[in-house]
Amino acid sequence: MSSSIAVKHKGQRKGLGLGLVAWLLGIVFFLPIAWMALTSFHSETDAATNPPSFGAALTLDGYREFFGTGGGASPWPALINSTVASLASTLFVLLLALPAAYALSIRPVKKWTDVLFFFLSTKMLPVVAGLLPIYLFAKNTDMLDNIWLLVILYTSMNLPIAVWMMQSFLAEVPVAVIEAARVDGARLPTILARVVAPIALPGIAATALICFIFSWNELLFARVLTGVVAETAPVFLTGFITSQGLFLAKVCAASLVISLPVLAAGFAAQDKLVQGLSLGAVK
Amino acid sequence: MTATTTAQVATTPVRTVRQPSGRLRAWATRAPLLPALIFMIVVTQLPFVATVVISFFDWNSLYPKARHFTGVDNYQDVLTDADLRHSVWTTILLTVTVVLVSLVLGLLLALLLDRRFKGRGVVRTLLIAPFLVVPVAAALLWKHVLYNPEYGLLNGLLHYVGGPQPDWISNTPLLAVEASLVWQWTPFMMLILLAGLQSRDQQQMEAARVDGASDWQIFRYLTLPHLRRYLELGALLGSIYIVQNFDAVFTITSGGLGTANLPYTVYQSFYQAHENGLASAAGVLVVIGSIIIATFALRVVSSLFREEAGRA
Repeated sequence: MSSSIAVKHKGQRKGLGLGLVAWLLGIVFFLPIAWMALTSFHSETDAATNPPSFGAALTLDGYREFFGTGGGASPWPALINSTVASLASTLFVLLLALPAAYALSIRPVKKWTDVLFFFLSTKMLPVVAGLLPIYLFAKNTDMLDNIWLLVILYTSMNLPIAVWMMQSFLAEVPVAVIEAARVDGARLPTILARVVAPIALPGIAATALICFIFSWNELLFARVLTGVVAETAPVFLTGFITSQGLFLAKVCAASLVISLPVLAAGFAAQDKLVQGLSLGAVK
Repeated sequence: MTATTTAQVATTPVRTVRQPSGRLRAWATRAPLLPALIFMIVVTQLPFVATVVISFFDWNSLYPKARHFTGVDNYQDVLTDADLRHSVWTTILLTVTVVLVSLVLGLLLALLLDRRFKGRGVVRTLLIAPFLVVPVAAALLWKHVLYNPEYGLLNGLLHYVGGPQPDWISNTPLLAVEASLVWQWTPFMMLILLAGLQSRDQQQMEAARVDGASDWQIFRYLTLPHLRRYLELGALLGSIYIVQNFDAVFTITSGGLGTANLPYTVYQSFYQAHENGLASAAGVLVVIGSIIIATFALRVVSSLFREEAGRA
């Protein structure tokens, strides 16, 4: 937790009360997730009771069902596809965004703000606007149901965010330090490795985590452009939209397992989450 | 990132390092930018141009031979079709409701979290968690685990107090979708507003307090004006994401019961009805709507950007 702006409050009791309210609201917001986690460890019959069975016996059956040991489709291909799509697109985003951010901050091109805002404006173009031509293009070039098509699209989806974030991180590197290194005879690779990288690395890591989250979560492109081969984890989850008898524990296990990478990445990037989500506008 | 988050927005002092001029030099400076720029233009702008072109054709992909130019007929159809008009209205209602409610809740939570109390870090983590559930998973959680009329948690809890046992999704479908989105987006608003709160001028606040200003006066005359930009930013970014929402509508109601918003309608009209021309026209309309929001959004971002550049 940041910000040690300690403003001493006179009313100690009021402070305590408001602290309790904050705790209460935190628990209310977290309750659905806690309940999802608990239900995922219940048997299907215990999961579907009214009133809810809070203290029912715990079992791993929901997870066994989800991972396909009890019959049904295995989620592994979808999980692997999502991992490939998210990691590869994040890598491409970094490869494209790092040089771009360099040209927008450390040694800026003319009218660099205009370029920055062009990147931002592409983020505001709704996905549905380009979906049909992309679908027709993929159909005609045999790229349907191909995970690499998603990699390209996810790269374009996250590139503006990454350029904005990294531009703001690289801008934190003082020009004077770079100039001093240059005067001392350091060449560009040395300057990048010794001066720029140490200051910008935490920001670059956070950018990568946020891009990973957005790619992992994406549904519309994946739903339209993939089938049986390149299906991603969110598409796999859409298989649970219609009820299939008693299946709550399985749904909860599936939702939790598929959300775990995002929860982990999100908490790892917690400090820079705001900056990423606001496209670098707020730190 | 410093501990006392002093609202730095991309600090940008003038960074003109003097270089020997010349065309080669300029291109060397531009070179690192080009791959990203060209990639974005090819992948995002070209398909949109294609969408605009297709929107002027009568084109059902089941009858490809019958494809022909129809001018603005598709737009007329979209704007006069009752279902499509309804989905425009649904999109507006959904976006405005979710953004406003999550903004108010987010402000409340941010104000609570801005104070010091025991376990503040834990509460912050609990509150962020809903935003970090995969959207489809969150929608499934609400649909099956919370809303289910027979064994969902909501009716389970109502059971204890002897309350009614409503069928949430059938009775109030749009509200059901909205509630799940508010749950996911409130943390987003809270994070942005919390950053805003923590960037207030502490000396000014302390001075006001010494001068005898009440908590309410400080909130009304110092905090709220300072937060205005952050509220705008949260509202506009939230709108951009929620206007495009597909996951929740697709999962919770499958666009039924009058909850189909524009992205869902576009998806359905070409993916299920194979009406390419109509879908494209609807897509272009979504873009026009987004451009209106985006113009404001860009203005807000750019003013924050300039303000910080000036402060640096």
